[in-house]
Amino acid sequence: MKISRKDVEYIAHLARLEVDDLLVDKFADQISNILEYIDKLKDADVSGAELMSGAAFQNNVMREDIVKVSPGPDVTLSDAPERDEDFYVVPRVVG
Amino acid sequence: MKLHEMTIQQARAELDGGAVTSADLVDELLGRIERLDSDLGAYITVDAEGAKRSAREADKRIAAGERLPLLGIPIALKDLLCTRGVRTTCGSKILENFVPEYDATVVKILKDAGAVIIGKTNLDEFAMGSSTENSGFHITRNPWNRDCVPGGSSGGSAAAMAAGMCTAALGTDTGGSIRQPASHCGVVGLKPTYGRVSRFGLVSYASSLDQIGPITRDVTDAALLMNVICGHDPRDSTSADVDTPDFMSAIQSFDQDKSSSLKGMKAGIPKEFMSVKGLDPDVEAAFNNARKVLEDQGVEMIEISLPQTDYAVAAYYVIAPSEASSNLARFDGVRYGFRDRNASDLIDMYKKTKSRGFGAEVQRRIITGTYALSAGYYDAYYGRATRVRSMIREDFSKAFKECDIIISPVAPTPAFRIGENVDDPLTMYLTDIFTLSTNMAGLPGLSVPCGFSSEGLPIGFQIMADRFNEIPLLKAGYGLERALEISVKPQLIY
Repeated sequence: MKISRKDVEYIAHLARLEVDDLLVDKFADQISNILEYIDKLKDADVSGAELMSGAAFQNNVMREDIVKVSPGPDVTLSDAPERDEDFYVVPRVVG
Repeated sequence: MKLHEMTIQQARAELDGGAVTSADLVDELLGRIERLDSDLGAYITVDAEGAKRSAREADKRIAAGERLPLLGIPIALKDLLCTRGVRTTCGSKILENFVPEYDATVVKILKDAGAVIIGKTNLDEFAMGSSTENSGFHITRNPWNRDCVPGGSSGGSAAAMAAGMCTAALGTDTGGSIRQPASHCGVVGLKPTYGRVSRFGLVSYASSLDQIGPITRDVTDAALLMNVICGHDPRDSTSADVDTPDFMSAIQSFDQDKSSSLKGMKAGIPKEFMSVKGLDPDVEAAFNNARKVLEDQGVEMIEISLPQTDYAVAAYYVIAPSEASSNLARFDGVRYGFRDRNASDLIDMYKKTKSRGFGAEVQRRIITGTYALSAGYYDAYYGRATRVRSMIREDFSKAFKECDIIISPVAPTPAFRIGENVDDPLTMYLTDIFTLSTNMAGLPGLSVPCGFSSEGLPIGFQIMADRFNEIPLLKAGYGLERALEISVKPQLIY
């Protein structure tokens, strides 16, 4: 599968990336190469094979719903790039 | 015995016997880092003060008669493991100033066992790479030849071990990232069974494949660290609630029995691996030599088949980037890490933050993963890849009905030159062919030094075993190490 410059820009937008203009063509070529290689999966006979989403034991992990002490906002927000007391600050979302 | 060449067991004996202090050990290693590491680049952060403080504390406890397996032992951590109060960068500019408020479970376990954390080692950004050239900070040079890569992504940990800048190290392995750098740097690397070691506090790259493991001077040290770091952790829902066997005593009892051999053990050699294009003749020769050494000790060799080998790399490079594209969405400049301040609105802030914070390989994998998971392509890529993955697991299950271990080279070539594969990601990906199937199936894999190339670069031998069955793998690795007695060290001329 080949992907174009436009495809890269569109997928980048979906992934919330703004790829440097100089890199877009290079990415289109490199990712096309990777996808062409990956396309060999189409030749694999997967009929009857189950989906395997992970390597862990396929059982549900449950625990009791018990309230525990939490680290609190001072710890949780200590690495925030911008905060206002107990809140994260982000650029304005609604006009 | 030089302090910087000691194994954990040798250092343990010296420390407990009072001949050496942890402070001596730490000072020697810090001195070497000071002299060597501006060129080698194995570390991102060296916690000299913290290490000295922990060493003094350990010395007091040893003097008071306390005995713990890792008390006073200097250990380096791949900088993908959260360390309370010590910055954790993941090799990325986006986390350049990130100082975690907590220790990863594995770090806490090491500290509780008395270990001295000496620093955080370099890696490919978020563990995405096989050469440590994708670090957002600097490259790491191979101590055996400074023009070559140390492998990756745990290249900093492997290089620090090879250059005598720590006594043991931890790495992480998603597709070979412990075993391949260990092979390229002439040290031992073990990727445990998926679920053996808690991933809590390990920054996720591809959660269903990532596993933490030891990088050490010998197989016994790997077993010793395994005894400490394995175990169930309720804070990681994929951590396995199984008993941890005593890996150390399995090796010791094997060693003490003079008549011990590996008689009765069956090793499978996957025919698909040995016909891989681009297998270096020196690697093949070293592998065949090590195979004979195992045969001499009574291991029976049989040919096995892993039919999905041809699809494994393709399936891996769908699954790993897909998981990465989801995992790395959290680095958006809101809760931690770098934030771009020139954005016009929230979406623009996300975009500018990520694209200025992440390097090219990370962005490439996020785009590939996002594409593979997008509507219309999901079944063709991710869906198919996860079915191939279950077929890979079945291939191994079948194989382990016939044999106890599977053996192969670690990587098709010895360490390559710095810059050789930088612009060709696909070629770089294909170098993972021998290692990534075990991650897909969740199996353990060990890399043991087995020889050298004609250029004097180390070559590793891979031993794989069935899930939660590391003991035969460690025994065979130990048997090989004991017979080969490789004692050559890198010549560091500085």
